[in-house]
Amino acid sequence: MKLLAIDTSTEACSAALLISGEVRERHEIAPREHARLILPMLESLLAEAGLKLSQLDALAFGCGPGGFTGVRIATGVIQGLAFGADLPVAPVSSLAALAQGTYRETGAQQILSAIDARISEVYWGAYRAGDAGHVTLEGDETVCAPQHVPLPVGADWFGAGSGWAAYETALQTRLGGAAYTCDGQRYPRAYDVALLGAGIYQRGLAVSAEQVLPVYLRDEVAWKKSR
Amino acid sequence: MRVVGIETSCDETGVAIYDSARGLLAHALHSQVALHAEYGGVVPELASRDHVRKVLPLLRQVMNQADTRPDDIGGVAYTAGPGLAGALLVGAAVGRSLAWAWGVPAVAVHHMEGHLLAPMLEDDPPAFPFVALLVSGGHTQLVRVDGVGRYTILGESLDDAAGEAFDKTAKLLGLGYPGGPALARLAQRGDPKRFHFPRPMTNRPGLDFSFSGLKTFAVNSLQMQGGDDQTRADIARAFQDAVVDTLAIKCRRALQQTGLERLVVSGGVSANTALRERLGRIAGEEGAQVFYPRLEFCTDNGAMIAYAGCRRVQAGQAEPLAFFATPRWPLDVLAPP
Repeated sequence: MKLLAIDTSTEACSAALLISGEVRERHEIAPREHARLILPMLESLLAEAGLKLSQLDALAFGCGPGGFTGVRIATGVIQGLAFGADLPVAPVSSLAALAQGTYRETGAQQILSAIDARISEVYWGAYRAGDAGHVTLEGDETVCAPQHVPLPVGADWFGAGSGWAAYETALQTRLGGAAYTCDGQRYPRAYDVALLGAGIYQRGLAVSAEQVLPVYLRDEVAWKKSR
Repeated sequence: MRVVGIETSCDETGVAIYDSARGLLAHALHSQVALHAEYGGVVPELASRDHVRKVLPLLRQVMNQADTRPDDIGGVAYTAGPGLAGALLVGAAVGRSLAWAWGVPAVAVHHMEGHLLAPMLEDDPPAFPFVALLVSGGHTQLVRVDGVGRYTILGESLDDAAGEAFDKTAKLLGLGYPGGPALARLAQRGDPKRFHFPRPMTNRPGLDFSFSGLKTFAVNSLQMQGGDDQTRADIARAFQDAVVDTLAIKCRRALQQTGLERLVVSGGVSANTALRERLGRIAGEEGAQVFYPRLEFCTDNGAMIAYAGCRRVQAGQAEPLAFFATPRWPLDVLAPP
């Protein structure tokens, strides 16, 4: 199968092309540059493979949680491409992509994904490596203060993502002071959005362009006036 | 040539299809006014969240209405500024990507150019050159228009836009948000002689505006005279008369200064009946003709973006794949296509 994937949910901006299990990727740490970078990245991947959009089977995108604007850039781009090229879309959690990349590169079997959500909170999800080589979610994804993250069952968890860079002490305290290994420099990447997206597509769970929407997790963003 | 236009710069999602031979084929609009009313003003993050839900359903709708297939489309235009950064990025992301997927040019349109050219969508469009008064919640500008992309700012507001002054004064009078139209209705019952508000910046040469002082005048009048219904109506009347008078004085001056005979009036405030009556009168006295877009195109819409985009795509303009939003974008840096 042929699938094109993007992720712009954090400071990282990446695009990936999966062809029969092989992944090519473009990746940059580029805060606020996503709008400038993302389509040229896709164009160069397709040109390198000699493919046109219309020859793909599906698209995948990191649907959040993450920076609101970044998540909407990915959503808008995928809406436009899916509508224009009439392609199905696999939405992939950016926390899942973060966990999948950690599993793929470090071999860690249990990953606690944490993306810095600002205002002293983290986007949080616990993932375990599954049979198909894909991570699967334990419990629910959530946004909360590091002092209140849901406690995972068992030991030997690996912490990944910018949430660990920002709140390692608070998270370690919350998780019982056990010596969690963590890497705060990891970001969700299109490489892993492509891997997980392929699975979603193969399970028949892809959606149409109009159903391509962001997942914010944080829904309290404005306060009504008391009059 | 058919061009899709996408507008997401503030609190309305608009999508339209314009055909260079047949004119406007279809347009659709989703207004977020009710969404923001509870907050007493536009909440940028909520605006962005709503745009990303609405653009594609509206696009599907206008393609069906216009009986248009992707192969019929020759370009995609989207508002790139000025406006709310996050809101603009939604339209830019969808519009730029859509154009790439369809293999057609994309054009980033200046929102105010859309408003300036909106009367071109009517059966009896003005010829160039003309003077345009753009009056909305975000802008008050007098512009000399010599052609597409040939704009000279003659004057603009140094503080609040006229529509903003309407909304803020309406809020003071307890008319909610956005209260401009409600203020205009209340003014109909007001005594024009009870209060007299200043006509800011009319006693000196030039075409700039300043409306923030009128709001202060309204506050003071309200404090001194109390807030009974008749007083509120009288204040509304005095406020509206002052804004209308000021806009009319500057429009007359702009016509005299440029020697032009056509006045285009666009933007949300151009729906105001008192303003239309007054501008009709001064234009008559100056031997000029006034042009308005139809009411639904006085406020933000996709049709004006599709029109402006079509003119630019036809002239060969095309954006690179890197897209952008330009929240602050002066009108007079634009160039002809």
